[in-house]
Amino acid sequence: MTSMHDTSRTPNIKVPIYLDYQATTPVDPRVLDAMMPFFTNQFGNPHSRSHKFGWDAEEAVEVARGQVAHIINADPKEVVFTSGATESNNLAIKGVARFYKDRRNHIVTVLTEHKCVLDSCRHLEQEGFKVTYLPVKQNGLVDLDLLRETVTDKTVLVSIMAVNNEIGVIQPLAEIGAICRAKGAFFHCDAAQGVGKIPIDVEAMKIDLMSISGHKIYAPKGIGALFVRRKPRVRLEPLFSGGGQERGFRSGTLAPALCVGIGTACAIAEKEMGADNERIRKLADRFYQGIMARTPEVFLNGDREQRIPGNLNLSFAYVEGESMLMGIKELAVSSGSACTSASLEPSYVLRALGVEEAMAHTSIRIGLGRFTTEAEVDYAVQTINERVGKLRELSPLWEMAQEGIDIKSIEWAAH
Amino acid sequence: MAATIAYLDYNATAPIREAAARAVVEAMEVGGNPSSVHASGRRARKIVEAARGQVATLVGAKPMEVIFTSGGTEANNLALNALPFRRLIVSAIEHDSILAAAAATDADFVAVPVDRDGVLDLAALEAALAGCEGPVLVSVMLANNETGVLQPVREAAGLAREHGALVHCDATQAVGRIAVDMVELGADMLTLSAHKLGGPQGVGALIVREGLDVQPRQHGGGQEFGRRAGTENVPGIAGFGAAAIIALDEVARAGKIAALRDGLERQIKRSVPAALIWGEAVPRLPNTCCIGLAGVPSETQVMALDLAGVAVSAGAACSSGKVRPSHVLRAMGASPDAAASSIRVSLGAASTAADTERFLTAWIGLYARANRHGSAHAPAARRA
Repeated sequence: MTSMHDTSRTPNIKVPIYLDYQATTPVDPRVLDAMMPFFTNQFGNPHSRSHKFGWDAEEAVEVARGQVAHIINADPKEVVFTSGATESNNLAIKGVARFYKDRRNHIVTVLTEHKCVLDSCRHLEQEGFKVTYLPVKQNGLVDLDLLRETVTDKTVLVSIMAVNNEIGVIQPLAEIGAICRAKGAFFHCDAAQGVGKIPIDVEAMKIDLMSISGHKIYAPKGIGALFVRRKPRVRLEPLFSGGGQERGFRSGTLAPALCVGIGTACAIAEKEMGADNERIRKLADRFYQGIMARTPEVFLNGDREQRIPGNLNLSFAYVEGESMLMGIKELAVSSGSACTSASLEPSYVLRALGVEEAMAHTSIRIGLGRFTTEAEVDYAVQTINERVGKLRELSPLWEMAQEGIDIKSIEWAAH
Repeated sequence: MAATIAYLDYNATAPIREAAARAVVEAMEVGGNPSSVHASGRRARKIVEAARGQVATLVGAKPMEVIFTSGGTEANNLALNALPFRRLIVSAIEHDSILAAAAATDADFVAVPVDRDGVLDLAALEAALAGCEGPVLVSVMLANNETGVLQPVREAAGLAREHGALVHCDATQAVGRIAVDMVELGADMLTLSAHKLGGPQGVGALIVREGLDVQPRQHGGGQEFGRRAGTENVPGIAGFGAAAIIALDEVARAGKIAALRDGLERQIKRSVPAALIWGEAVPRLPNTCCIGLAGVPSETQVMALDLAGVAVSAGAACSSGKVRPSHVLRAMGASPDAAASSIRVSLGAASTAADTERFLTAWIGLYARANRHGSAHAPAARRA
């Protein structure tokens, strides 16, 4: 890979620099090591009951199940392996709604949820369920009073994420859990961006169902999990039927290598979360301050305090979003969630925060993680500062703003 | 220790091929989310699309017809819910993921019987198709996972088409063992599983004929042409692609495996005349041998074989620990006792004559012991 930039100032930097840890994370080499035996001689089908290949595979799966359970303070029996968080979210939301449809038919979720949560809910609307999509406050957090008013004795499920994938804000899970429990509604939490980043305790937070993703926590893609509470018992209709694996919630041959991957990743995260977060917080602060010190008119989206350290969602006023991304090609960042990144629509998450369309268009999600270095941060900061400066020099809007013209007051000629 | 066991349970899962494992690990090292537009995302996308082409080639399909899933079970569930079908017509010997998925839908569900050899009864299929109001789906597997018996999918598809029904074929056990061509079969949808053909576990595909719109089971980011949301399992898909290339070659070498299996069966019959080989009289996969030894429960047989260092199975691996007589053998007219005293031996690329000999020695020894105790007997009670 060659760079347009002069890299002599930072000789040890390899571009592109990966700063998109909310889209996906690299597999931790320790996770890969733990998986390797399952790509060679330990190849058994964990559901084979008649020989050692099967038993070994099953044992590995169960160890992994325990590791996943442990990081969220659940019982291993409450962990269902899936192909990823999208499947977990679909299974939790549709599964619970369909199972209890004769008793309750109302679902509550939030406008800033991941697309697969919103799409699952929309699909349920077509099946006759009522769905309330709650707005968020300007800082991206749920208004608890509003939630309390919205959840009724007809509400079967409240689905609210732990950490937002675009802006990194942490929702008040324990408070949400208490509200749900008081009304007898199940609380589903999409914790794809939360597990391993913030401490999560399904008991203390009264979470009934929780989605976990492997590839957001340094495990491979293709594996996730769904926590399904046993006491009080949560029941659900499966998305697919078959051999009855995973307590009947999720049929299909489990992939031991992948299960071991997510299990190992959880064990590492549980042990290293504190140190990881401290290091990443320092890097994020350095990043943020580095930008703010040199470039004016930059805004951090989402709450300043209630956020994970590894996310900075910044809006750069008077810069066109696409040219911005083109201008910093050696940085792998995104303009929003990966799932919707091919679309040119501004982020619906930022719109829900009340960010103006023009500003939403110029925002960049910077995701820092376990393997981000200080040198990479410095390089990225310098690149962004330089490029934003150049792009603004070319921007008539910036020029007008410098002259004190209020851009919003301009009436553009129709054409 | 595991390496010293003769593994003869390829229909449960095949050991991953070296090239496939390498592709998995390499894709993991590359990283990236294929939906991301930056270079890292584009690299991941390239891996997925290359594998899509490889898998398509394996079954004579177009790349855009391949929907990657988490495995055969998901693909089968996707197929059976592809449209709001009014009637689902499936063979009685389908895999649990077809039978259970069919039962879970609101559709009217018909299980078509098979004959004594385990072959679909086409007359019964035609009767089930008669007078149906659409949409209707016929789902017939290409090769049975327990007996290896090949099914008349082409003929079934012809009948289905005459009645305006769509056709799904679960080809999970067939690909990599016999040549499979989706167009020739006349199937609208085809299920594949990577780990049955030397790819990794946790990935499969539903091949959907161009022009047929499948309603998704899983909603979200619009991946897989909007038919299966969720970040693609890039390493798994890479491994699937690598295994698909090898599987194409493997079919050409199937004669070697067939010879090994046929030799094994000759020896079984010579040494244990009371043994019964299910589906012996009809075309089967070259690698599968399902043997009945009436009077000796399957569990006893597989345990004895395990102690002798031979890994086989008592039927499908999926039934989460519950021991029950095989629905496949029951559908072939086996008595509960006969169905519960059969085992499946399935061979694969790495199987050797030493493996089959080891099996024979152990199994014949088992027969001799059982015979001494008078528990083994000729399968007179075959018909229920």
